[in-house]
Amino acid sequence: MEWLVLLIVVVLLLSAVAVLLMKNFMAALAMMSVVSLGMSVLFVILRAPDVAMTEAAIGAGLSSLLFALALRRLGLWKED
Amino acid sequence: MRRFTSALFLAGLAVLVAAVYQQMNLAVTPLAGDAINASAGQQVGAGNIVTAVVLAFRGFDTLLELTILFTAATVGGLVLGKPRADAPRDPDAGFILQAGADLFFPLLLVVGLYIILHGHLTPGGGFQGGVVLAAAFFIPVLARPGTTLNHHAISLIEGLAGASFIFIGLLAMFGGAAFLTPMLDKGELGTLLSAGTLPLLYLAVGLKVGSELAGLLANLAAAEATD
Repeated sequence: MEWLVLLIVVVLLLSAVAVLLMKNFMAALAMMSVVSLGMSVLFVILRAPDVAMTEAAIGAGLSSLLFALALRRLGLWKED
Repeated sequence: MRRFTSALFLAGLAVLVAAVYQQMNLAVTPLAGDAINASAGQQVGAGNIVTAVVLAFRGFDTLLELTILFTAATVGGLVLGKPRADAPRDPDAGFILQAGADLFFPLLLVVGLYIILHGHLTPGGGFQGGVVLAAAFFIPVLARPGTTLNHHAISLIEGLAGASFIFIGLLAMFGGAAFLTPMLDKGELGTLLSAGTLPLLYLAVGLKVGSELAGLLANLAAAEATD
């Protein structure tokens, strides 16, 4: 189990740094939901299924959607 | 000046973290945890300890949490405002998203209601299920931007759900107990109709969260896109 936690933590840190370094807003948003998904897996391993569900639904789903709509409103939703 | 204040803030934060670290004893579990684990099942009748804490022991905090969400959604709607009548509208989405929206709507509806209604038995509850419900109602809007949600019905559901949460809390006060004290028969631990008023409270929370977030997302999607 320990190696799995280690792997998730490394992926979390890498994608969190990638959010800061990405030039493309869409890619940064995808990286942000990767952070949330990793967090929710981590919560399941830590036996907190309630928090994991909240993190997956709100962190990965809803807040990404909110950010995407906000980016579109600001005219920053571009693929290149 | 700004750098100086930032450095001051960081230094203060470091002192705070150091103080907390000094006090921290990682080997000891939190004091109340064992007591709650041992007594929540019998006292409240909820199989899910988190629900017992959220609704039975700390129902007032949940009410305030709902208030925070309501304020955020209201301010969001206030800032976004109404789009102009002649504002350009997004074209309909492609085939995959349209077909996916039709497929996902009933599925998400069932999953959301399941999570809400089983909140006192299994992990999850009003907040998580409410978000799933909001997603269920928002995906069709995403697929076909021409259709809009019925904002009148949404605000009606939202208001009724919030009012019924407070009303259930007030009913306990008429019986002489404190605000939001769990009432009704606890039933058999682990069955769907158990834990007294907790499922009703979670249903109210789920409907309120779902309608609020669906309204907020629809508002945001209808806001004019700058080209």
